[in-house]
Amino acid sequence: MKAYAFDYVRAATLDEALALLERAGDGGKLVAGGQSLVPALNLRLLAPQLLIDIAHLPELRGITCDDTTIHLGAGTRHVELANSPLVAEHLPLLQMAVRHVAHAAIRNRGTLGGNLAHADPASELPACMIALEAVMLVVGPGGERRIDAADFFKGLYETALGPDEILVRISIPRSPAGARFHFNELARRAGDYAMAGLAIAMHGNSPQDMRIRPVFFGIGDRPVLARQAALCLEQAASLQDGLAAAQQALLGDLDPQDDLQADAGTRMQLAQVLLKRGLADLVAQGRG
Amino acid sequence: MTDPLSPLDRPNSYIGRTVPRPNLERLVEGRGTYVSDMTLPRMGHVVFVRSPYAHARILEIDTSVAKQAAGVIAVVTGAELVEQCSPWVGVLSHLKGLKSAPQHAMAVDRVCWQGEAVCAVVANSRAQAEDAAEQVQVRYEELEPVTDMRTALEPHIPVIHPELGDNLAFERSLDAGEVDKAFAEADAVAEAEFVFGRHTGVTLEARAVLADWNPGERRLTVYQGTQAPHMMQNIFAKHLALEEAQVRVVCKDVGGSFGIKVHVYADEMATAALSKRLKRPVKFVADRIESFVTDIHARDHVCKGRIAVKQDGTITAFAIDDLTGIGPYSMYPRTSAIEANQVVNLVGGPYQARNYRARARVVFQNKNVMCQYRAVGHPIACSVTEGLVDLAARAIGMDPLVIRSKNLIRDDAYPTDSPSGLKFEALSHHASLAKLKQMMDYDGLRAEQKRLRQQGIYRGIGIASFIEVTNPSAAFYGVGGARISSQDGVSVRMDATGAIIVQTSLTEQGQGSEALTAQVVASALGVALEKVRVILGDTDNTPYGGGTWASRGAGIGGEAAWQAGKALRMNILKVAGTILQTVPELLDIDQGVVVDKATGRERIGLDEVARITYFRPDTLPADFQAELLATRHYVPRQYPFAFTNGIQASWLEVDTETGFVTLLNHWCVEDCGTIINPQLVDEQIRGGVVQGLGAALFEHCRYDERGQLTNGTMADYLVPMASEMPDIEVGHVVSPTLESELGAKGAGEAGTAGAAAAVANAVNDALDPFDVTITEIPLTPSVILKALGQRSG
Ligand SMILES: Cc1cc2nc3c(=O)[nH]c(=O)nc-3n(C[C@H](O)[C@H](O)[C@H](O)COP(=O)(O)OP(=O)(O)OC[C@H]3O[C@@H](n4cnc5c(N)ncnc54)[C@H](O)[C@@H]3O)c2cc1C
Repeated sequence: MKAYAFDYVRAATLDEALALLERAGDGGKLVAGGQSLVPALNLRLLAPQLLIDIAHLPELRGITCDDTTIHLGAGTRHVELANSPLVAEHLPLLQMAVRHVAHAAIRNRGTLGGNLAHADPASELPACMIALEAVMLVVGPGGERRIDAADFFKGLYETALGPDEILVRISIPRSPAGARFHFNELARRAGDYAMAGLAIAMHGNSPQDMRIRPVFFGIGDRPVLARQAALCLEQAASLQDGLAAAQQALLGDLDPQDDLQADAGTRMQLAQVLLKRGLADLVAQGRG
Repeated sequence: MTDPLSPLDRPNSYIGRTVPRPNLERLVEGRGTYVSDMTLPRMGHVVFVRSPYAHARILEIDTSVAKQAAGVIAVVTGAELVEQCSPWVGVLSHLKGLKSAPQHAMAVDRVCWQGEAVCAVVANSRAQAEDAAEQVQVRYEELEPVTDMRTALEPHIPVIHPELGDNLAFERSLDAGEVDKAFAEADAVAEAEFVFGRHTGVTLEARAVLADWNPGERRLTVYQGTQAPHMMQNIFAKHLALEEAQVRVVCKDVGGSFGIKVHVYADEMATAALSKRLKRPVKFVADRIESFVTDIHARDHVCKGRIAVKQDGTITAFAIDDLTGIGPYSMYPRTSAIEANQVVNLVGGPYQARNYRARARVVFQNKNVMCQYRAVGHPIACSVTEGLVDLAARAIGMDPLVIRSKNLIRDDAYPTDSPSGLKFEALSHHASLAKLKQMMDYDGLRAEQKRLRQQGIYRGIGIASFIEVTNPSAAFYGVGGARISSQDGVSVRMDATGAIIVQTSLTEQGQGSEALTAQVVASALGVALEKVRVILGDTDNTPYGGGTWASRGAGIGGEAAWQAGKALRMNILKVAGTILQTVPELLDIDQGVVVDKATGRERIGLDEVARITYFRPDTLPADFQAELLATRHYVPRQYPFAFTNGIQASWLEVDTETGFVTLLNHWCVEDCGTIINPQLVDEQIRGGVVQGLGAALFEHCRYDERGQLTNGTMADYLVPMASEMPDIEVGHVVSPTLESELGAKGAGEAGTAGAAAAVANAVNDALDPFDVTITEIPLTPSVILKALGQRSG
């Protein structure tokens, strides 16, 4: 199929992009890497009158680091995340996750901002953002807003972004020393969106100060922080001791639905297996 | 000691050598000519308005708004196009009782599947045609769809074509030997119901056709991605009220076919009819969404099977009851009964058991049409047979390789036949099995499997023996009244510089028809491969023939090329003999030079022979006329089909907690007779295996109960991709057919025939400790977890 006819502008600055977006109203649509948007256009699921290309905005570029925080420009392409030494050093979870995002050709164009704004419930990166307690810097006609990742993802392809706002930067606190991470997903084929996946960030060594954030994706309409399961683990004497209760708690944390790939029961089973394997990995990392 | 020389042992033979395909560079440099990329002056693009319902009456089509849309050339409804294109019925007389209803180029008053075209919009661009198509208003009255093949014959289910009386398109029964007695006397009987998901053959280039009716010469030229140009020439002529001579079908590069492009598609017929109606070129390229609901689907069988076995491992009987749903029409002209018919023919085929009972029923349903896709019927027959053999082995506690070696037809038993009447010239089941066993290190894998099981790692070995129908004679279609040629023709000529031009009726869609033809001709003549240019895919410019389908290119077209090459060699040597004042029998051609046969001494170059022939015929005797063009045709006569055989094995791991299957290795030993180009054969096997693995694990056209395809995109329909594919090791045993000089049989479908069976058997082998048997493909995580009873919530 061919897309409906549309106009196209490449914005030179963030301000220009914002102005264009405001002027275009409902008919405007941002395009970054185009890897989710263009298929939707070609399927005629969307009919924007104007595409505003933000892939080259300088304000959206760059990966930087200060004493407490890593800043990722929303225009950072997946391939840049994968190859960044800063990301490798400070955000190993993201580096692990991005390998699972699509295929090389798509990673060469797709952007972090586009991925988060698209908010596919089976996407890897939104789950990592919640696990890592990222903060989204969003700019709109009214100025800047900062949105916690936990409040950013609202549902199926739905975020807290307003129609006239642009996601500019993602800031992620540097992990404390000794933090451990786990990433795993079950996808039928490499590069596919996952049938079920799990990103875990954990820090603290003694049972008293241990904090763990297991975030599941591909299970519901958005990434889900399994709070009850986390509590079970944080209260247990060890990860292994907490496993059974945490697996049980997933029945309350998660609400999988039937879909083409799997029914709800299968999904819950997969989530429980992922948790078991994730904890085993974290325990092994703790030993190593 | 050396073997005696065969006719194939030529001075500079390319037979048995891996040489690069002549078309390789052109294609990888992006210089192919695919119909999808072609444009002609004044060309219109057609887009079809398709039914959103599986079954509905068309009440009204309002095209008035669409006709006014930008760029629109014409909007034509199905009822209007009847004027240009007559309907067809997909039956063959040798498939007794097969019935179907007339099918039109576009639905006239009723739609019978989701995706059937009802109206055509022709515009200056595809995008404009799509815009206008949205403006066509169709009012439907939804009718009850028939979707479940298991209930399609029940009395309360509507009959899709009331004039046919019921939804049964075809039924065949067979009873050979003493089946009841064999089951009664068996030491063990195993049975299962095998379920095969509907899937399709996803070609890289979608179906594409560009029809150009030229009123000035009253000729229709159709550029089409098709496997059978001469068949299409006949069909276009017949249904557009033309003489065959008024139709030319040109088939240049084709981005994959796999049987998908050997059928008559209603929308392609409509495109040709529109060209005639509008007196201008009209092009149709299916987009991927259309492909999923209109390219033929395949498989979709439920087959109950039983096997009788003695305690010593002797298999005494097979019995099957197969059911398949084919959509609302039997496809034209090859029909949709062939797959079920093949299942009946092939079950039990590799084995000695003489007692066999089979029934197959083919029913109509309101889903996309189904027809022949790579390995037609073989994967069903092989999965049922090999699944049953494994069940029998398990029932008597015998190793799967041992039970096979006890029962496979002996290598010295040929010629022989099967209970279903198939004639086997020479097969090599035991040699193949022995080779497989050694290639895969069977005993080593069994030891590893045992060791890993203790660590909770579940790996399985699956074996599948198979036979493959290749080199089909007229027995396939011709005897049933279809104008589908089973013979092929090849013309070989030498031009004025000594270069060789070959015209063949084979077509090329990636198999390497061009390469094998060039290799055979170069070998027969004795010239360098670079001197040979092959022309194919043009009904005006090639001999008449079948084309490329059903594993026939090398065996039939290759033999015609061999014979034509030999004939031209003799013609050339006659000229050379005249020039050299000797007899042609004492001469030969080596590397483009005429030589003394006995000594190899160079006598005269082919360029010189050509120069004299074409420019100085005055120097030749007055009673001698040189003929530097030879044409030969070939079709097998002695055997209706050249059967090949082989055996595959899969080694995989099942994650019993997630239901995921990881393919670790795959082996295929096959016997396609003479191997012309080992790399091309290996590619055929590997590609075929991958398509079989796709069926085993991934590919599935999933319909809901209203007849809606729910996963018709490349995101939701999972094709096998490189990351999930194991190494595929290919081995060969060579038993040439003696019917032809070349001795080549087909290799195109062997891989697909047995791959899914091997995987299913391996999964069950891996799950042996859990005492479950899964006989359903695709083997998705859900299917496996369900069988293991491992689902939460
Ligand atoms: C075959 C295939 C497989 C894929 N597999 C995966 C996978 O496994 N996992 C996965 O996570 N993704 C996958 N993707 C999606 C891929 O990661 C995309 O790159 C990503 O979802 C979108 O990024 P983009 O830059 O291409 O965004 P675009 O397609 O350009 O835009 C997507 C949406 O985000 C909006 N948008 C873009 N940038 C901004 C911004 N800065 N501020 C506000 N709104 C913005 C756009 O308006 C649009 O609505 C796959 C894509 C394909 C084609």
